[in-house]
Amino acid sequence: MAERKDPPGGGPQGGAPASRPARERGGWLAKIAPGVRNLVAKRETPENLWVKCPDTGEMIYRPDLEAALWVTPAGRHMRIGPEKRFAYTFDGGAHDVIPSPTAPDDPLHFTMGKPYREALNAARKTTGEKSAVAIGAGLIRGVPAVAMVQDFAFMGGSLGMAEGEGFIAAAKAAVARDCPMVAFTASGGARMQESALALMQLARATLAIQELRKADLPYVVVLTDPTTGGVTASYAMLGDIQLAEPGALIGFTGPRVIEQTIRETLPPGFQRAEYLIEKGMVDNIVPRRELPTVLGSILKTLMMGRARRPAA
Amino acid sequence: MVSHYLDFERPIADLEAKIEELSKLSDQAGAGALDSEISALRSRAAILRSESYAKLDTWQKAQVARHPERPHCVDYIAGLIDEFVELRGDRRFGDDQAIVGGLGRFRGEPVLVIGQEKGHDTTTRIKHSFGSVRPEGYRKAVRLMDLAERYNLPVISFVDTAGAYPGIGAEERGQGEAIARSIERCLTLATPMIATITGEGGSGGALAIASANKVMMLEHSIYSVATPEAASSILRFAREDIPKLAEAMKITAQDLIKLKIIDRIIPEPPGGAHSDREGTIETVGDAIEEELRGLIGLSPDAIRQQRAERFYAIGRTGLS
Repeated sequence: MAERKDPPGGGPQGGAPASRPARERGGWLAKIAPGVRNLVAKRETPENLWVKCPDTGEMIYRPDLEAALWVTPAGRHMRIGPEKRFAYTFDGGAHDVIPSPTAPDDPLHFTMGKPYREALNAARKTTGEKSAVAIGAGLIRGVPAVAMVQDFAFMGGSLGMAEGEGFIAAAKAAVARDCPMVAFTASGGARMQESALALMQLARATLAIQELRKADLPYVVVLTDPTTGGVTASYAMLGDIQLAEPGALIGFTGPRVIEQTIRETLPPGFQRAEYLIEKGMVDNIVPRRELPTVLGSILKTLMMGRARRPAA
Repeated sequence: MVSHYLDFERPIADLEAKIEELSKLSDQAGAGALDSEISALRSRAAILRSESYAKLDTWQKAQVARHPERPHCVDYIAGLIDEFVELRGDRRFGDDQAIVGGLGRFRGEPVLVIGQEKGHDTTTRIKHSFGSVRPEGYRKAVRLMDLAERYNLPVISFVDTAGAYPGIGAEERGQGEAIARSIERCLTLATPMIATITGEGGSGGALAIASANKVMMLEHSIYSVATPEAASSILRFAREDIPKLAEAMKITAQDLIKLKIIDRIIPEPPGGAHSDREGTIETVGDAIEEELRGLIGLSPDAIRQQRAERFYAIGRTGLS
């Protein structure tokens, strides 16, 4: 059922810092061996070679950005899809791909505006994924785990029936493998084109979490940019542990709607990870490069405790 | 008599104004001079009302669902719960009156009630935040469901909200988390839970107290992932497209029973719930009683399993 996937060719490798290739060590800038840079550069088409920093407008050399796990020199954790996330999370990037289930397309025959079916097909074409959820299984610092990754590039990571089924499949896979589940969330919320069927996924995913709880398996959430709307009223906020990437926007009602509705000016940094941790809403903010270490440590501690539970 | 008319009720309103006028005239003229004409007009008005309510479109239903004179949570509690004792506060931050909850007996059965309350005039609307719940409200709901479980009380919920409150404080205190925990508490509850969407079931804010064993909707109520207004803003449609969008979103009880998202439609009187409030409240009570009867006495595991199967089944069968 699972297909083995090696880390993507041009992508960064996992593993302990000491064993990382030179290209990746020290993140940014000069430490990258020119030879390696050129090697990577040759495979890129010229227009893809530079990425504009969303904060400073600076042009960033793409191989540099990739070596830095798509974190800009300004510290912005850029949005990444499942392939990169799996590569960055699992030891050596090695993981099994667990197929994410499908669901009926366009169940409500939603044709207002851009027909939903067309939007779905366009998202599938750009991302190469069937839905906004991808599931992988592998080792995180030696601890077996199942990871669910939401892809913001797929219709804003919105939660529809297929994504709900994906979450449920990930939780069931974790229970079947007797290992923890890690959810990397990125979503604008429930998918409007599936209306109440999308809303029901909040409850359905919450049921799947109960299966992990029943099996005493850790459920860890990593909130990435942005995690808003329906998912925060469900699995994105129900982790045993809640981590966040720096700068991630996290909230139930998005800032635009709050401003429009209550006509208050939002405080600086509102709904960012750094703001939330001050309010006690997340356990820790973890830079992308440190995530495998932190996740690995958390999972190891929890699983050790679980193994040492005295028999009833 | 209804005093608030919706746009599509204009002909009914005109007719009823005429009846009023004639009644006055008749009184002045003495001894029922115009009685036969008045009663003819009355029956015409009644027919007109039931005819227009029989063919409401989605957007009209949304208006009816939000009708200010529609029975609200506090009315259902007053009409259906004996010796209701309100329980307030979340023990953490405050008390949010957008959710009302408490203990009492429903037709002899000890129960816990929670529900969203919109208020019916300016003072009560402000008191109840127009039914838009803050985290404290959901945390109160969780606390009350804990209590229900400890004392083996079925939970009856009344759902009526446009959505959770969108504000700075609500976000700072974890609006998403509060809703998620409330959904989770509904789903793990060891006692039966019956949810009735009485007016508007908007988004996660509604699901927070509607993740029940049985979910019912009044005939002209609506239930959706977001209000059509909010969805139009998210999907960037023009304001004038909202009625069409509402239709496309399939938010009516009639749409949702086909999708198996709800289990039962509770019929409303010919002119809508607000035209006969007492009658509506009793009908709702009858439906709750029937559904409860099928669940009381089941083991906690069986109750949880029924609920899980109910929600897992949604979308897996019966879609075309």
